[in-house]
Amino acid sequence: MAGIAVLLKQVPDTTARISVSEGRVDESAITSWVTSPYDEYALEVAIQHKEASGASITAITLGPPRADKVLKDAAALGVENLVRVWDDAWESLDSSQVQHALSTVLEGIDADYIYCGKQSADRNQGSTGPGVAERLGLACIVEISDADVSGDSPSFTRSSSTGSERLSPATPILLTFTKTETELRRPNVRGIMMAKKAQIEIVSADIGDAQVQVVSHNPPAEKPEGKKFEGADSVPEVVGLLRDEAKVI
Amino acid sequence: MDITIIAETRDGGLHPVTAQLVGAASSLGASPTVVCPGGSGGEEACGIAGVGKVLAVTGDCFATYDGGAWAEALDAVAGGDIVIGAATTSGRDICSRIAARRGVSIIQDVIALSPGLNVTHPIYSGKAMQDLTVSGNCVLTLRANTFPSALSGGSAQLSTVQQSGDVRLAVAEAFARASERLDVADADIIISGGRGMGHPDNFSHLYEVADVIGAAVGASRAAVDTWEEIPHSMQVGQTGKTVNPSLYIAVGISGAIQHLAGMRTSKYIVAINKDPEAPIFKVADYGIVSTWEEAIPVLKEELSKLA
Ligand SMILES: Cc1cc2nc3c(=O)[nH]c(=O)nc-3n(C[C@H](O)[C@H](O)[C@H](O)COP(=O)(O)OP(=O)(O)OC[C@H]3O[C@@H](n4cnc5c(N)ncnc54)[C@H](O)[C@@H]3O)c2cc1C
Ligand SMILES: Nc1ncnc2c1ncn2[C@@H]1O[C@H](COP(=O)(O)O)[C@@H](O)[C@H]1O
Repeated sequence: MAGIAVLLKQVPDTTARISVSEGRVDESAITSWVTSPYDEYALEVAIQHKEASGASITAITLGPPRADKVLKDAAALGVENLVRVWDDAWESLDSSQVQHALSTVLEGIDADYIYCGKQSADRNQGSTGPGVAERLGLACIVEISDADVSGDSPSFTRSSSTGSERLSPATPILLTFTKTETELRRPNVRGIMMAKKAQIEIVSADIGDAQVQVVSHNPPAEKPEGKKFEGADSVPEVVGLLRDEAKVI
Repeated sequence: MDITIIAETRDGGLHPVTAQLVGAASSLGASPTVVCPGGSGGEEACGIAGVGKVLAVTGDCFATYDGGAWAEALDAVAGGDIVIGAATTSGRDICSRIAARRGVSIIQDVIALSPGLNVTHPIYSGKAMQDLTVSGNCVLTLRANTFPSALSGGSAQLSTVQQSGDVRLAVAEAFARASERLDVADADIIISGGRGMGHPDNFSHLYEVADVIGAAVGASRAAVDTWEEIPHSMQVGQTGKTVNPSLYIAVGISGAIQHLAGMRTSKYIVAINKDPEAPIFKVADYGIVSTWEEAIPVLKEELSKLA
């Protein structure tokens, strides 16, 4: 079968403190960068799919040189082809430019299945998957919570208004993942050795002008200090506050 | 300014967030066109004050959910320099597609909006806010319960338009929800349990409280991962669902940063935890230092008195 592609984004570790200085998030203060958590589930399913089908995987990231790490980490798990899309002239890209750059690379890859996260942990948008699908003229299933890629016709489960639904879509298709039941695998020693040698292809793309400009980043509004009570005897008082002060019940 | 709203529908009618989308559009000085996928809620939409007109879009594609087909059909009838939807799973999907079809940018989960066009949305799971300006046309999705609802009393005209899109997704098998319970993503009040509940059977106590106040029951990842009985659809947090209810009650949850990532923007947070040092108390409006075994029965009784 044709190949598998997976979109991986590098983001600050969830536990990283996000500090704002002079109206911008201070990225230089972030010491730990990781693969965006939902993308790890997309990658896990991609690898299971490869193991069952024999297809090869291309991992694509759009980002500065530090983002090579997510590709190397993917290589350590068995991903063969690594592509980083970047141009030093790019600063903050809007959603349209991100989709355009990723679509351009995907057009050059013969992928039947394109896997990605439901949303990135930094921008929290959830627009890249369906947006890229639209640009490539593909169908897309969003927020998949379970996948069975072991057989000839892989199937994917999403939630529905009445429960959940399993779909076994025609290809090519783009799939976005939320957390699945699957355990994420860890790299083994051989994988880590292979990853050291893995080559990353660096490409650029024509992305047009940004339509959206960042004005400023700000810390979230401070919440007033909460009230703390001792013991279960305080529950009636808290219920009273929820009713009279917060007015939420 | 010409604004089109993609109505959020539920069970054949309108989801309450739709009136909030109208409220936001009106605040920009627009009298928006409301487009109803599958025609659902068309009459209802006409009654929202400030609506310019309503288009009920009927077509075969609306029988199942295929974001690509829905976007194709809706985009074919929707004009508008700005398209606004709700930041729900389907709203984000359809709106992303419409933006891509138009070659314009999309900004999701907007929490503030002013003419210009200036928009604000949270980034890094709410650890920072981003202010943006958009030049030209765009598509936005708005966070529920953030913009004031438009009032009722409108009398917009309803037109029905036949329009379908190319359906490429077919459901192979549907599974009914194990219980009729509310999903955390739809709930205005959520009570969640963590590892501190000790045993999955103890979640029954949370369900009892939930039944009294019409809440959904959620869980921490530790609870979901430890106990098979707690389905991962209940998980709130970084790798679970992001929720934004009026009231979030965390029971036996320590408040790890990954859990906070999914619920810290709740309007009010109550924490019940036996450890006074638990980090959840840092984000709680009302913290109760107690075991759940002692606190939950009292909570249930007090809430029953109000019901
Ligand atoms: C990449 C990544 C993603 C993650 N995503 C998520 C996510 O989406 N959601 C999520 O929740 N976590 C997530 N986690 C896990 C997170 O780090 C924590 O491990 C988890 O939230 C802890 O769950 P907990 O609070 O239920 O358990 P614990 O941390 O074990 O806390 C249990 C709490 O219960 C209290 N307690 C014990 N007994 C009682 C009692 N009888 N009465 C009252 N209180 C009691 C204790 O004082 C303690 O505070 C993620 C972790 C990683 C690394
Ligand atoms: N810069 C990027 N590089 C690679 N993949 C990306 C990038 N941005 C977004 N994606 C993919 O698209 C998903 C959704 O991202 P977002 O639309 O930013 O929420 C992510 O989980 C990734 O799989």
